[in-house]
Parts: sequence; C-alpha cells; structure tokens
Amino acid sequence: MSRLITRRRFIAGATAASLLTGCDAHPIKGFLGAMKDWNEKFEGFIFSPGRLAPEEAAADTTPESAFPAYFIADTMPTLPANWTLSVGGLVERELVLTLDQLQKMPRTDLRVRHHCVEGWSAVASWHGVRISEIAKAAGLKPGVRYVEFNSFDDDYFSSWDLGSAMHPQTILAYGMNGHPLGPNHGAPLRVYSAVKLGYKMCKYLTEVNFLPNKTGGYWEDQGYDWFGGV
Amino acid sequence: MREARDPAFKGGRKQPIPASEGRSDQSKGRRTQPMPVFNGRREQPLPIRIVHWCNAVFLILMAGSGLQIFMAYPSLGPRGTQYGWYPFQGKPTPAWTRIGGWLGGGRHWHFAIAWFFVFNGIFYLMYFFLSGEWRRRMFRPWRDAHGAVAQFLYYLRIRRTPPPEDFYNGLQRFAYTSVIIFGVVMVLSGLAIYKPVQLHFLTILFGGYDGARVVHLAGLCLFTMFLAAHLVLVSLHPREILNMITGGPRE
Repeated sequence: MSRLITRRRFIAGATAASLLTGCDAHPIKGFLGAMKDWNEKFEGFIFSPGRLAPEEAAADTTPESAFPAYFIADTMPTLPANWTLSVGGLVERELVLTLDQLQKMPRTDLRVRHHCVEGWSAVASWHGVRISEIAKAAGLKPGVRYVEFNSFDDDYFSSWDLGSAMHPQTILAYGMNGHPLGPNHGAPLRVYSAVKLGYKMCKYLTEVNFLPNKTGGYWEDQGYDWFGGV
Repeated sequence: MREARDPAFKGGRKQPIPASEGRSDQSKGRRTQPMPVFNGRREQPLPIRIVHWCNAVFLILMAGSGLQIFMAYPSLGPRGTQYGWYPFQGKPTPAWTRIGGWLGGGRHWHFAIAWFFVFNGIFYLMYFFLSGEWRRRMFRPWRDAHGAVAQFLYYLRIRRTPPPEDFYNGLQRFAYTSVIIFGVVMVLSGLAIYKPVQLHFLTILFGGYDGARVVHLAGLCLFTMFLAAHLVLVSLHPREILNMITGGPRE
C-alpha cells in the first residue's frame, strides 16, 4: 500500500497516517476498534431506507471547477475499449450492460448535497439509473445483504449495505449537471448517492456484485469507516 | 456517598435575600426562591466531581480529535462558495492541538469519545435536576443577572467590592450554566454534521450542513474561552480546585 504515498492527495493526513501507524496494514484494534464496530452498528441502526435527502436549489450548484475530483491511479483512468458493466453475485440473471443499455433504463435525476469525509460539501446534479432498477433486472436471490462496486481505477472498490444501495437516491450515474460524466468524475459510470460519504461512491465502475458477505473497500481497508453514511 | 442520599434541602432555613434581587421579582409578581440549605451535603458532591473530571478528559479528547478532523478541510462554507467572513480559510490548527494522527484516527476518537461525553452529560443533567443541585447552580436571570454584572464589573476593577454571593456568585452561575448549553449545542450540531441526511431536522435547525459546521466550530471557540477563564479564576481561588477533588466542606 506504499503507493498511497505517491498517489494523488486525498487527505493530507493519510500519508502521515500510513507512516505513523501503519493503519493501512492493520485494522483499528482495541478500544477504538470496539467503538468503531459499535458506531458502524449505530450507523446502520439510524439509517432509514425511506428518508430522502432534500433536493438542492439549482442556484446552489457548485461551479464544476470547484467540485473536487480524485482518482487513486497515477494517471487519470481512461475508458477501456468496449467498456461494459458486469452485474453478478447472488442474482438470477448475470448481466453485461453497455452504456447504451443503461441509458435506456428508467432515468433518475438528483440534485443533492455531496458530503465528503474531509468535511466539505458541494452540490451537483446527477443522472443515471437506480441500483434498485439494476437489482430488479438481475433478480436478487435470497441471502443478498451487501453490494460491492469495482472499478478500473486501479484496485479501487467499495462495498455497501444493501439498504443504502437500494435507496431511491442511489444511482449509477452516467451524467453530471446535464452533460455526460467527465473522465475526472468517473466516466463512463459511477455510483452516486445522497446517503453516503463521497469515498463510498465508487467511480469508473466495472462491476456491481450482490453478495451475502461483507467485503471492504479501498479506503475502508485503510481504516476509514465502512458504513460511511450521512 | 452519604451526601448523595441526603434528602437535601428539605425544611432548610431561609437565607436573607439580597436587596438587589428582590426588585425584579416584584415586577413579575413572584417571590424569590430562598436559597435552600443542602444539609450535610458537600459543596461539590461526589457525582459532580466524577462528572467534572471525566468531562475534563473527554473535552480535551473531543477538541483534539475534532481539530484533527477539521484539518482535512480547515475552511468554512461549501466548496466554491466558502464564507468570506471567516478569516482563517484553509488554515489548520497547530499539530499540538490535534489528536488521532490522521483523519480516520481523528474520526474514530471523536465518534468514540462522543458517546462517553454524551452519557456523562446526561448523567450530570439527571443528577443536576433530581438532586436539587440546580437550585444553587443554575443561572436564573431574575435572581442572578444583577449579581453577574456586578461581579463582572468587580473583575474589571470598575466596581470596588464584590457583590454578595451565596453558594456561587451570579457570574459563576452564568458561566457554568452557559457551558452546559454549549455542551448541548455541540452535541446537536455534531449530530447534524455526522448524519446530515438521517438527522436532517437537526441540520435544518443549524442552517444546513455548512451552518452546522460553523456552529460546531464556534462552540469549540466558546468552550476554549470558558476554559481559559475557568483556569485563570480557579488558579486565583485554588481552594475551589481542592473542593473539586475532596468535595469541600459540608453545608
């Protein structure tokens, strides 16, 4: 994980952290670990599947140049030729979807506040297809409790609780502020959600897997909270 | 533990009401409550001493871990439209003010100690009201405002003599009651930042997510100012520090 140090900045402290504590190599243990587990349960407990984040006014849209974007690869990930999205895991029908097919599914538009783990907020509008629509198309088998998102941004990934993924304001976005998603914001497809912190919203998507077990995530494995709800 | 079981002020003798305090009450057509006598109870009963020293530790950890979190975005206002009135945009606090080592560490400390801080506070408030301690501690404007101003003028050396005081002077009551309110505001604004969607009603109360961050940071500034004044004043009255350890004399 030493690559983290040379990678683009995400959190200034992260570099110091991996040097000081080796936090990327070891899970949080002891008192803090117990409290982290407790807080994760608490986050799940207060998450309400039906609670909607308010729509923001168009006038509050953040200038796009001021909306931070990052990736973990050394250079901006470029769209692979013949890109498709694979949907798998515990599903009735494994799917391989092209962008065109995704765009023909029911479209959802959101303009909600984005909350970063760092403490900043920003507003953009996003459009795409709800993950619940993807789940409907694939047909979830009993026992699905988690959803894992994988990307072509090196080994960036993130796993979610099913409830947050199926939230009506959680989408696979192919557009931002009325135009197709730019490469800095995860083109061609990214997760966008009103109910998670930014680092949970995997960009440059390649796979959505509906799973019975919890996996981690790029930042989550380095010690950031797994639930990451807002 | 004897003091905790005491039925407290029942049948206590009445203390004279300072002349300055009678006035405002008459205009409201009510009598000033006589200061109850806390028979046999120490000045600082054991539950209050425990809560006080736990709180000292929790507040330091909360402030340090909070400033560690703040360092990741040491600015106020949303991206693109940061608040112009905040003079320290982009400036984190020095390393010695921060606890946790990195953003995730700061978050884990902050969200871990928050539980202890909240339950300590709930325990305190329950004791405060159920034991009757609120009667001699809580700032009540019609009783204490005049004395608080007089005490403040005395500290500024504008007034030559301190106003009469009973258990606490008016300014002490004002400060110690204010800081309880700061604590409540800190918890609520913190929750508003922690879960701005799930606890959206709280976030609205503070003017949105970035408003709640402003309130949360302002609360830290007020806490710090309280602490500075508290440390100066108790160092001038070291017996009060001893009382907060031993409990002090019985009433």
